[in-house]
Amino acid sequence: MAAGAHIVEGGFADPVFASQSVFRAVMDAMARPGPVQAIDTDLRPPAPLNIAAAAVVLTLADADTPVWLGQDLARDDAVKGWLAFQTGAPLAGLPSEATFAIAANAAALPSLSSFALGTQEYPDRSTTLILQVETLTEGEALTLRGPGIKGSETVAPRPMPGHFDMQWRENNALYPRGIDIILAAPDAVACLPRTVRIGEGES
Amino acid sequence: MDAGMDADMDDGLATYNFAYLDEQTKRMIRRAILKGIAIPGYQVPFASREMPMPYGWGTGGVQVTASILGPDDTLKVIDQGADDTTNAVSIRAFFAKVADVATTTETAKATVIQTRHRIPEERLTEGQILVYQVPIPEPLRYLEPRETETRKMHALAEYGLMHVKLYEDIARNGHIATTYAYPVKVEGRYVMDPSPTPKFDNPKMHMSDALQLFGAGREKRIYAIPPHTDVVSLDFEDYPFEIQHFEEPCALCAAQGVYLDEVILDDRGGRMFVCSDTDYCEKRRAEGHRGHLAGDTLEAAE
Amino acid sequence: MYVAVKGGEAAIRNAHRLLADRRRGDRSLPSLTLAQIAEQLSLACDRVMAEGSVYDRELAALAIKQARGDLIEAIFLLRAYRTTLPRFGYSVPIDTAAMHVERRVSATYKDLPGGQMLGPTFDYTHRLLDPSLGRDGDVEEPEIREGDDAKVMRVSDTLAQEGLIEDDGDVPGEEIGDITRTPMEFPMERDTRLQALARGDEGFLLALGYSTQRGYARTHPFVGEIRIGEVEVKLDVPELGFAVTLGRIQVTECQMVTQFAGSAKAPPQFTRGYGLVFGQSERKAMAMSLCDRALRASELGEDIVAPAQDQEFVISHSDNVQATGFVEHLKLPHYVDFLAELDLVRRMRGEHAARRDLQESMPEAAE
Repeated sequence: MAAGAHIVEGGFADPVFASQSVFRAVMDAMARPGPVQAIDTDLRPPAPLNIAAAAVVLTLADADTPVWLGQDLARDDAVKGWLAFQTGAPLAGLPSEATFAIAANAAALPSLSSFALGTQEYPDRSTTLILQVETLTEGEALTLRGPGIKGSETVAPRPMPGHFDMQWRENNALYPRGIDIILAAPDAVACLPRTVRIGEGES
Repeated sequence: MDAGMDADMDDGLATYNFAYLDEQTKRMIRRAILKGIAIPGYQVPFASREMPMPYGWGTGGVQVTASILGPDDTLKVIDQGADDTTNAVSIRAFFAKVADVATTTETAKATVIQTRHRIPEERLTEGQILVYQVPIPEPLRYLEPRETETRKMHALAEYGLMHVKLYEDIARNGHIATTYAYPVKVEGRYVMDPSPTPKFDNPKMHMSDALQLFGAGREKRIYAIPPHTDVVSLDFEDYPFEIQHFEEPCALCAAQGVYLDEVILDDRGGRMFVCSDTDYCEKRRAEGHRGHLAGDTLEAAE
Repeated sequence: MYVAVKGGEAAIRNAHRLLADRRRGDRSLPSLTLAQIAEQLSLACDRVMAEGSVYDRELAALAIKQARGDLIEAIFLLRAYRTTLPRFGYSVPIDTAAMHVERRVSATYKDLPGGQMLGPTFDYTHRLLDPSLGRDGDVEEPEIREGDDAKVMRVSDTLAQEGLIEDDGDVPGEEIGDITRTPMEFPMERDTRLQALARGDEGFLLALGYSTQRGYARTHPFVGEIRIGEVEVKLDVPELGFAVTLGRIQVTECQMVTQFAGSAKAPPQFTRGYGLVFGQSERKAMAMSLCDRALRASELGEDIVAPAQDQEFVISHSDNVQATGFVEHLKLPHYVDFLAELDLVRRMRGEHAARRDLQESMPEAAE
């Protein structure tokens, strides 16, 4: 059973400590938007799933969290089988039903408003989007302000979804509803919680 | 199974996972923490577990700490500002046992500080995490006991009731009669209970360099304040928020501008005031500061 | 010179040593065995299993021994253990109609198929202390009716045949609510309410159920049926295509038949209050069924006028592990907050005295 062997391999060798260290990196990144947090793990996920994105999902997702996969990932049986085996998470049919969404192709991402945005009473019931990027430092610099940031910070992810600035402003306008984004370069993460404002000028 | 999986607690009769909680529970709590950080001051419901200590004794804080703690952390636990209060000792011993984690009483050396009722006097730094034990996370609870109602008020940012309550205090007493668990507004949106810390500590929450996490086990809520976040104590233009001031300095270390405990010395009304933050006080005495009731040498005081 | 009190660790250690000593008591007496507790204090074990939500008689006995007979403490011990257990799956609903019945009584019919079976009940015992129990005398073997494994029909089914009582309700889909896995949210559905009641404190539910009988949301209850006995617990195994029996557990079920006037949509019919508890615990099952019925007020279009009908009030305060923790936490040090209050009261008293002095000096000034 070659296909079976693939899905059982490549997970955390030591899930307890690996997921703790990945979580702390993600928590730091969420609490301090902008600065890049290294993800150092022994994971070997099937391509096109990158290591950091895989590490985040394995750390946070399980049978209680529907996961939505972007086009490139959803087409890939190896990725689907691996994630299902490693996390036990059910696949979400629609982005609006997802606790976590993973996208490997920013260009093909549906609009941010198509994900679960939470409700006014329960704004926490919104999707956390894990967006794979090639780099967090060499793309177009985004200036970030908001909670967790002293003055301003920058992050330079690439590639990003189309009209991202505008989409993000719309996400901001929904506050306290809205999605949160974990940007996952192969070996690092940076976060954009819904409170982050992107752009120059305002303080 | 890997070595770290089992912290064998009971001669092989029962085995528990690293940091006591099972991994599924940790994931659930970690998800709640992340959403809490993303929505500062908003109380995220979580499926709090029964812990091996009673509700009301820090089960929320313990669950948060257990979910973030790793082998590289150094943990400090305080209750009433002191490292040596029995419940602080007990919680510290619990983590030393189930997570084999290094512990300290020195604020500056800790990466994670779990607290009940105080924020350390020493300014917390980037990279430190302060975990609060919270009994009643809902700041509106004493004004409106129904969760269904208070949830609506938060949804609509309808906090008039809180201002009315504070104003009634002023009308009746000439003061805002809330001295601890004094409500704050976080990032201009959510009114939040800072846990029953004295209002003296409220200003320390504002624009802190440390991440602040709050766990309420019995009430099943987690909330957070990221570093560098606006935290404003509610007040009125003509009755601005003010903190407690103490007339005299600490009797042991002579510190001023810190929160003091009143200690009864005899049955004839004799009393003195000493630092509530025991680590801060000891550190100052080690540096040579002396209050009027301190001995001349440090040895003598031990 | 002042020396601060230190040594919390040693104090805790010594306190626990003393606790162990007091728990053991007089060493010249034999230590209780878990089997003795499970066999001879079986109703205590039942309560601990029910409110601890773990069906394991031996662990319940251990918890009772460890807790020196403090049942809420024992319940807490079992809960804290339960929370660490992995979840393998959810059993199929137990079928109490197929119960191997040891006791079954109905207050609504004089006689009925299957008969009234008193079983091991305290009812009709005269509550006279029995000195012979102090002497470990012989106990007669019981009379057991042999070979009667036929299903005992449920009273509620008889009423249902005529449409005189509302339907039993459906099992809510695939998603079974679980308050130990998902945070509670109000208003709560009946499945999770029943779970909370089943874990709830017997005394609290007893008092609330009693309050409904005294007019605080009266429901005109009749005990349709109480049955105690063993049922099979089965788990669906998809790989096998059928349910596997895991074992048998003893449960107490109470179907309370209560009144309902009917509405524009529904003709007048009886309604149900339901109670189900691990082990033999009739008082709890009955109190639970009264509370369940009272909590259905809004579903049945009744006005909410009494505490027992208020689900936020009832469910938020029914758990004795939560309640005892929060009540007892008041003994932890609170001196930091107390000092804050002390400071305020002193300040306000000072201002009050100053105002009074001022007023007293005023008339003189006017003269």
